[in-house]
Amino acid sequence: MGKALFAGVDIGSSFTKVVLVDSEGEIKGSSVRRSGTDFNSSADICLGESLKQADAGHDAIRYCVSTGYGRKNVSLANETRTEIGCHGRGCYNAFPEQITIIDIGGQDNKIISLDGNGNRLSFKMNRKCAAGTGAFLEEMSGRLDVPISGFNALAMKSDATVTINSFCTVFAGTEVLEYIRDGKKVQDIVKGLFVSVVKRVIEMDSLSGKIIMTGGVVAYNPEIVRIASELLKTDISVPPMPQMTGALGAALFARDENHKLDTSLTAKAEICC
Amino acid sequence: MNEVKKETKKIQATETMKSVMAASFKELDDAVKSKSKKIAWCTSVGPAELLRSMGFLVYFPENHGAMLGSSRMAADLIPAANAKGFSPDICSYLTSDIGSYLTGNTPLKKAYGMEMPKPDVLVFNTNQCRDVKDWFDWYGREFDKPSIGVFTHRNIGEIKNYELDDIAQQFKDLIPTLESIAGVKFDMDRFRETVKLSRQCSELWKSCLALSEKTPSPWNFFDHTIHMGPAVVLRGTKEAVDYYSLLKKELDERAAAGVSSIGNEKLRIYWDGMPVWGKLRTFSDLFQSLDTCVVASTYCNSWIFTQLDENDPFRSMARAYTELFIARDEEYKIKYMTDLHSRYKFNGIIFHDAKTCPNNSNNRYGMPERLQKHLGTPTLTINGDLNDLRLFSEQQSITNVEAFIEQLNEVA
Repeated sequence: MGKALFAGVDIGSSFTKVVLVDSEGEIKGSSVRRSGTDFNSSADICLGESLKQADAGHDAIRYCVSTGYGRKNVSLANETRTEIGCHGRGCYNAFPEQITIIDIGGQDNKIISLDGNGNRLSFKMNRKCAAGTGAFLEEMSGRLDVPISGFNALAMKSDATVTINSFCTVFAGTEVLEYIRDGKKVQDIVKGLFVSVVKRVIEMDSLSGKIIMTGGVVAYNPEIVRIASELLKTDISVPPMPQMTGALGAALFARDENHKLDTSLTAKAEICC
Repeated sequence: MNEVKKETKKIQATETMKSVMAASFKELDDAVKSKSKKIAWCTSVGPAELLRSMGFLVYFPENHGAMLGSSRMAADLIPAANAKGFSPDICSYLTSDIGSYLTGNTPLKKAYGMEMPKPDVLVFNTNQCRDVKDWFDWYGREFDKPSIGVFTHRNIGEIKNYELDDIAQQFKDLIPTLESIAGVKFDMDRFRETVKLSRQCSELWKSCLALSEKTPSPWNFFDHTIHMGPAVVLRGTKEAVDYYSLLKKELDERAAAGVSSIGNEKLRIYWDGMPVWGKLRTFSDLFQSLDTCVVASTYCNSWIFTQLDENDPFRSMARAYTELFIARDEEYKIKYMTDLHSRYKFNGIIFHDAKTCPNNSNNRYGMPERLQKHLGTPTLTINGDLNDLRLFSEQQSITNVEAFIEQLNEVA
């Protein structure tokens, strides 16, 4: 039997992420692609790419945990965990201390508080509204006719940030149109959008301990971390591969669960003998 | 991955409850057709005993509101009320009920083959909210019938004598108008008898709910919401007393036999706030799949009126309808939930922030945080609504609940 791998599959509203770890918890492969409309297919493609990096076949996967919005659509998964649990697990792996995680995803935000042992103390998700999520930035990208991939570089150039007040994405778009009409520079509007995202997220809960930021929005827009740090007046850490934290947490849960199963089987075998 | 549905033992009394409820609606419909009895509309925590004792048949629009919610008709009907000037942000019982009237679309047709029975009088108690008055006043103008009621104090801590005197007098002040509509004189003996039956109903309902203190709980919040029907619409009648005697007997047997309402009870939850009527099955199945029993709620405990006393009917009715959780101050509410926590031994508390029902959404002034600190019990707030499913995100709610149960399991 070849080397054992443990898979974490995070099917988010925008992107699907897969991470493979070995029995030591070391990342052996990872992949990310748009979730699209066929979650199983996206997961399969990501898994194939990850296995290629790990130089292993499907039979190497001992256990799989799926998470994210599409967690119940992964046929390979042995069990599901919520993205709250998986982001916590993935972050604690990088920062094993008391932490508060701010995750900005495609359609939801989370604030997760863990104690020094990695146990969850509390969590909050955004309410029904998409304010402060990646979906908000995607919508604004269309309004500004600027690719979202260019947002971070633009925001870094800003020297006169505009203020976006509205909670509502549509009405925030109206504010953006007003700024365009007033001749404001695009970089200042984009910076204003970033500030709006950060404000919507940090007002969700009180923050304590070491602050960590994760998620695709943070991965592609590090300027958002700098703005959050400035507003919160504290240092903020970002784990390696911040978009993959949920998938990594799921993979680590998969490894832990498999270990429990092995231990249980060994104990049974000892009783039988 | 498919969830495996666990086998559970159905509550046999459910069929009887359906017949009892159907009979009461038939009586209302017959009275409308034959014009044999006067009909009073009453708020769900209004003075039903007084009305029954004067010969009125009593209809509860809030019960109709819950039917509109559970039948998932509400979201289609609310816009008709919005177009008449009722904001989408106010009580969705009100807007869906008025929308139902405006469009002539009611679940009563399918359930009981009847239309909404028109009132001869509408009687409210603002102990729940101001919306009930606005709701009844609109129909009063529509039908040209009197809309009268009782104005209860709010944010009450310890209940004072002057508050009881005031409410008791307000009940008495309703009598001349009711006499003129009913065409009969108020009869104190009949009133005492109705109050006595109502208390008996409450005592039985209370003891049925208290059986969920047992581990495992023989029934749960979702059962409670279904079986509370007679406690709301038939209190003050012998039929309600008989029904809860039957239900209690069965629940006693289930408790004695160690029957779990969900099959495998590992965690216990308290639900604060309104049910999401159109998603009862979704939540019931979700909690069952997570081996979690919702054992108690503020909502279903709100129809316990054991203070009623036939020897002092007006004043005891004033006390019973004033000591309601929803009318009390934050300090009382914390004490109340602390008491329930010690009795029901729940592992976590879920607050439902119902967008259109601020008075039943107890999370909005920091109570979850205070209770979590006070009891050491984790809390979760989910956003939704009692009736307006446009305000409810199913996937967000499911993820929140699943993540909360994961968290409780870590501790357990």
